[in-house]
Amino acid sequence: MAFSNEQIERYSRHIILKEVGVKGQKKLLNSSVLIIGAGGLGAPAAMYLAAAGVGTIGIADADEVDLSNLQRQIIHSTNDVGKAKVLSAKETMEAINPDVKVNTYRTFVASDNIMDLIKDYDFIIDGTDNFPAKFLINDACVMAKKPFSHAGIIRFQGQLMTYVPGEGPCYRCVFKDPPPKDAVPTCKQAGVIGAMGGVIGSLQAMEAVKYLLGAGDLLVGYLLTYDALKMEFRKIKLPKKVKSCAVCGEHPTVTELIDYEQAECDGVL
Amino acid sequence: MMKLTVSGETKEYKDGISLPELIEAEKVQTPEYVTVSVNDDLYGARDFGKVALKDGDTIEFLYFMGGGC
Repeated sequence: MAFSNEQIERYSRHIILKEVGVKGQKKLLNSSVLIIGAGGLGAPAAMYLAAAGVGTIGIADADEVDLSNLQRQIIHSTNDVGKAKVLSAKETMEAINPDVKVNTYRTFVASDNIMDLIKDYDFIIDGTDNFPAKFLINDACVMAKKPFSHAGIIRFQGQLMTYVPGEGPCYRCVFKDPPPKDAVPTCKQAGVIGAMGGVIGSLQAMEAVKYLLGAGDLLVGYLLTYDALKMEFRKIKLPKKVKSCAVCGEHPTVTELIDYEQAECDGVL
Repeated sequence: MMKLTVSGETKEYKDGISLPELIEAEKVQTPEYVTVSVNDDLYGARDFGKVALKDGDTIEFLYFMGGGC
């Protein structure tokens, strides 16, 4: 596949990078990323991946755009209120870059659909807003041997880690089980500063792009935390492997996917 | 006194301080849902009492963060 003149111009700032080049840009165009959740994290991740020319982007979310989403979910506009989030996200991504094929899945993730959703994608982004979904995505990615980016945001804080099969700990290695319903506040209950999704969701897109290119070091074996009020990023080292992990350890006890009870949140997914 | 590096800051604590005492001193919120890393080993709440802290240890508190919406 040869680039058109338009593509050479569109991707010129990528192509000039030694870590990307023509070869890397072609790799991106031939790659696929699934974004689960078209919200605060998924919105900037989807927009940067579309702009970067990741050839196939899947987006999964069952919700419609709500006015209270627009303070942070920048992929949606005022005119989109009431529209399916996946449709609104698809329109924005296609407007940014017609090179990208967007697959929409208007659904919640659950134990009976997630393996099917992730199977054709090279990298998964967890942009969900609740622990049942986060544990489900982790377990499914461990079982299907898929790399993924975990992230969470609340108030003025965010966190991020990358899982690559066989190369480092998974989310469950660090956080063994979901906390009980309502034990840890959701962002609907506690609030979240709009730009937090932009910071952390963009970092998720960055990890996806680096993984697809094979460039640099991923956030594998580390938890990155961001405290906006202190303006502090911290990269916390994690164990290389947690032998006792219930899903990726030596004697796994989580061998089937679990649908944990959902905590209420703005746009449960 | 013993020196511990807690959340990236090295400070002095009383000799033999226990992990539950450290958690209280550092005002860790909802410690029952916090994972504690001591020199890269991870401990959940039910194991906090089993950890013996020593001079020079590095401790991190890892919090659940479920938002994304």
